[in-house]
Amino acid sequence: MESREVDKVDRVDRVDKVNRVDMVNTVDRVDRLDKSTEKSAITDHQSPITNHQSPITNHQSPISNYLRALTAIIWKDLAAELRSRELLSAMLMFALLVILIFNFALELNVKERQNVTSGVLWVTFAFAGTLGLNRSMATEHDRGCLDGLLLAPVDRSSIYFGKMIGNLVFMFIVEAIVLPVYSLLYNTNLFHPGLLLVIVLGSVGYVAVGTLLATMAVQTRTRDILLPILLFPLVLPVVITAVKASSGFLQAVDMAEIWPSLNLLIVYDVIFVALAFMFFDYVVEE
Amino acid sequence: MPPKPLPLKILDWASLAMLAVATYMVFFYAPMERVMGNVQRVFYFHVATGWVGFLSLFVAVIVGIIYLRTNNLKWDIVGLAAVEIGLMFSFINIVTGSIWARPIWNTWWTWDPRLVTATIMELIYFAYLMLRQGIENPVRRARFGAVYAILGFVSVPISFMSIRIWRTIHPVVIGSGSSEAQGSFDMTSQMLTVFLFSLLVFTVLFVDLLWNRIRLGQYGEKIEQLRLKLMV
Repeated sequence: MESREVDKVDRVDRVDKVNRVDMVNTVDRVDRLDKSTEKSAITDHQSPITNHQSPITNHQSPISNYLRALTAIIWKDLAAELRSRELLSAMLMFALLVILIFNFALELNVKERQNVTSGVLWVTFAFAGTLGLNRSMATEHDRGCLDGLLLAPVDRSSIYFGKMIGNLVFMFIVEAIVLPVYSLLYNTNLFHPGLLLVIVLGSVGYVAVGTLLATMAVQTRTRDILLPILLFPLVLPVVITAVKASSGFLQAVDMAEIWPSLNLLIVYDVIFVALAFMFFDYVVEE
Repeated sequence: MPPKPLPLKILDWASLAMLAVATYMVFFYAPMERVMGNVQRVFYFHVATGWVGFLSLFVAVIVGIIYLRTNNLKWDIVGLAAVEIGLMFSFINIVTGSIWARPIWNTWWTWDPRLVTATIMELIYFAYLMLRQGIENPVRRARFGAVYAILGFVSVPISFMSIRIWRTIHPVVIGSGSSEAQGSFDMTSQMLTVFLFSLLVFTVLFVDLLWNRIRLGQYGEKIEQLRLKLMV
């Protein structure tokens, strides 16, 4: 009996010890975690602080300050997207669904495909693009983040270009996934350097106007419906020329016939980026 | 409420009388075109309404720029008035063109650069009205409206350029047209008189309508203010 009791006590004691060691361990771990988070929090805090103060304390050139503000905004968008992945997944799903619908709507057989591929691609990009543009500005507006950005002592145009480049990156990612999928599904090689160039140029023009109009649209009552209605008629010249140039490259037309569209596309990009840059101030000011 | 000013009253009646005279001239003074027949008579009002539509939207853009510089809301009323008038006259322009095209081109509609650009213009300024409808804050509405009106006006000639790569079948009566154009003709001096007169009539009509529409806008603003006062 006694020995049993002793045994019990001993066991309890041992368990207790183990528990205590465990607790000490966990406490230690928590402590360490706390410190590490504190450290990271401090470093996290420091970077924006130094960013803010840089115009005053750091006597760096205004260009590098501008670039730093620009990259901070782009990075903020990308980091938020990396963590939530809601925008890209929605855009991608939507793009693939559009291709699927086109497959049945147009009976994409080998002969037809050659003529309509560039059209299908651009419609897909345009529709998926509106989804992304809407979402990217809506999150800024709903959480009051846009006000915070506007209060930051940075040039307004860096906010515009930051948002625009962020949207452009999302669009490129979607295109980078849609192109191989389309090539695979329809057994056509879309990896033509000319076509890629057209896609880059077209996306720049599209996103340049799109970012400006999305900023306008989110501030209205009917915002989700409004963006495509505002955007598509304005951005039509970009889409038309992009479709023309893409189908030229896909059908291996003579370069002399493609050049006019390509030149026009570059001109539109310049005009639309300049206009959006000019008007962004009016669209965000209160 | 101030009563209608006398010059505006005179302008109302003058434009009405001139419109009647122009209609008479189109049907009875202008000679019948030999190839196309009576349907060619639509040309006088077709070009005149197109001109007014374009002029009106141009006014909207100028006024939009002035608004962005001055931030005075009275310019916004003018801008909205100009866009509405421009939209209506461009629409009349498209409809009359369509009526002419049915016997001449043998179709109501074709995807010709001119026609496509006109449609895009119509869509852009319709979107402008929808944009304004979605905004309650009058200052923001005015600012966004001005920005969109200007953007739209820049985009329209660009669209025209981009589809100009296609050949057009739309005739150009003044100046030299494309060799592809179908339904072109040379004007006699009587035709030219009627044409110039209808241009004048529609310009006067535009000024009259714009003036009336601005007054309507001012009344609307007053009603809005009264309503706000009542609610407080």
